[in-house]
Amino acid sequence: MSARRRIEAVVLGCSAGGVQAMLALFPKLSVDFKPYLIVVCHAGAEGVELLCEVLGRVSALPVREAAERDSPQPGVIYLAPAGYHLYLEREGQFALSIDPKVCFVRPSIDILFESAAARHRSKLLAVVLSGANEDGARGLQYVRRLGGYAIVQDPEDAAVPQMPEAALRIAGADDVLPLSEIATRINEFCS
Amino acid sequence: MDAEDIELELFVQALKLRHGYDFGQYARASLKRRVNDLVKNAELGTIGALTSRVVHDEAFLPQVIAGISVPVSEMFRNPEIFKALSAEVFPVLASYPHINIWQAGCARGEEVYSLAILLEEAGLYDRTQIYATDFNDHVLHVAQEGIFSVHEARLYAQNYLAAGGKHTLSHYWHARYERVKLDERLKRNITFANHNLVADGVFCEAHLILCRNVLIYFTNTLQDQVLGLFRDSLVRGGFLALGNKESIHFSANAREFLAFNSAARIFRLGPSVGK
Repeated sequence: MSARRRIEAVVLGCSAGGVQAMLALFPKLSVDFKPYLIVVCHAGAEGVELLCEVLGRVSALPVREAAERDSPQPGVIYLAPAGYHLYLEREGQFALSIDPKVCFVRPSIDILFESAAARHRSKLLAVVLSGANEDGARGLQYVRRLGGYAIVQDPEDAAVPQMPEAALRIAGADDVLPLSEIATRINEFCS
Repeated sequence: MDAEDIELELFVQALKLRHGYDFGQYARASLKRRVNDLVKNAELGTIGALTSRVVHDEAFLPQVIAGISVPVSEMFRNPEIFKALSAEVFPVLASYPHINIWQAGCARGEEVYSLAILLEEAGLYDRTQIYATDFNDHVLHVAQEGIFSVHEARLYAQNYLAAGGKHTLSHYWHARYERVKLDERLKRNITFANHNLVADGVFCEAHLILCRNVLIYFTNTLQDQVLGLFRDSLVRGGFLALGNKESIHFSANAREFLAFNSAARIFRLGPSVGK
């Protein structure tokens, strides 16, 4: 247990089965959640406005689409816009690109994780949930290399296990937990 | 700063000193990713090795410029925006005897041909001149050819219909083997030219400037500088269309642009500003 380390930011990646997982996870996040949480969820070409609304309804924290050039605020959950890669700049603000797809997807979890790791290093907590491809695994590897903390959903517990399996195979994790225990763990770090 | 960030800054310096290309005001996170892709593709190991190569090997430069500029678009990308241009901006443009349109950062030309098709269908193309510019000579050449793969063409045809196209997109191309070539006639009023938004000045007197998903790669400082350039290039009441997730609220020069259709990121110069 190293729950006393100070976490400045949480990044979370998921795809197939991810929306259901977030609907179960977000209601359990503490209202005292101090960092910001940035999500890449492969939700198709449609916008994420509806998803923000649905997740906002079950969460005590506000849920918004990440806006280009804005800096994320503490205690807010941000979703990457559809069709763009989302980066966190070294100075802390959001940036977008329409560079080629990574692991066949845009937004890419790897890209968010790598840029957030460069910004927050050991004060970053990264979470990989249910999903159907390998996106996120390389990003998680980079997060761990820079001293960040990694939580991967137990593949046996995930609706679609490929993404957490790839993350564990390529990056490993500090914690492998069922969904029901992930919120508690995040709250220990972040409240 | 860690070693890689230092290497990146030295690479940017070297490109400027050796070749005159200035990426100093490019947003760093995506630039770093693209430069690292170049390192990987050229099997050079580190950004430092890439810097050395770009300083000593003149012939390597086009590959570097192509890698950093990474043009990705589609015809009628975000079709609802093209629909808004046709429905809301074209009727205003129709009131001018001659129409100038500048597409800044045209990459492979997907959007410039999209625009030409919609202008043709609106009966405006014969009195329109489109200037399509980019700083990358290689992509300008590709854009001029107007050839796309059949694989891409399927998506483009769907986008075209969603954008309110009046025919089917195949009306405008000839399919040959795995490729489609756009009708030569679409090029009759397009001028392709090299223009670098970072270094070059006012290009023309435009009624509409399209610059979609180009400024997202720039820092706030360079974004503001380019928005000033656009203001100085537009006629009074001229239009500016940006990418549909772009924010311009940090730019002082953006204050002279009024929201015309916020969702479509179409702006209009105020009545007291412009040529």
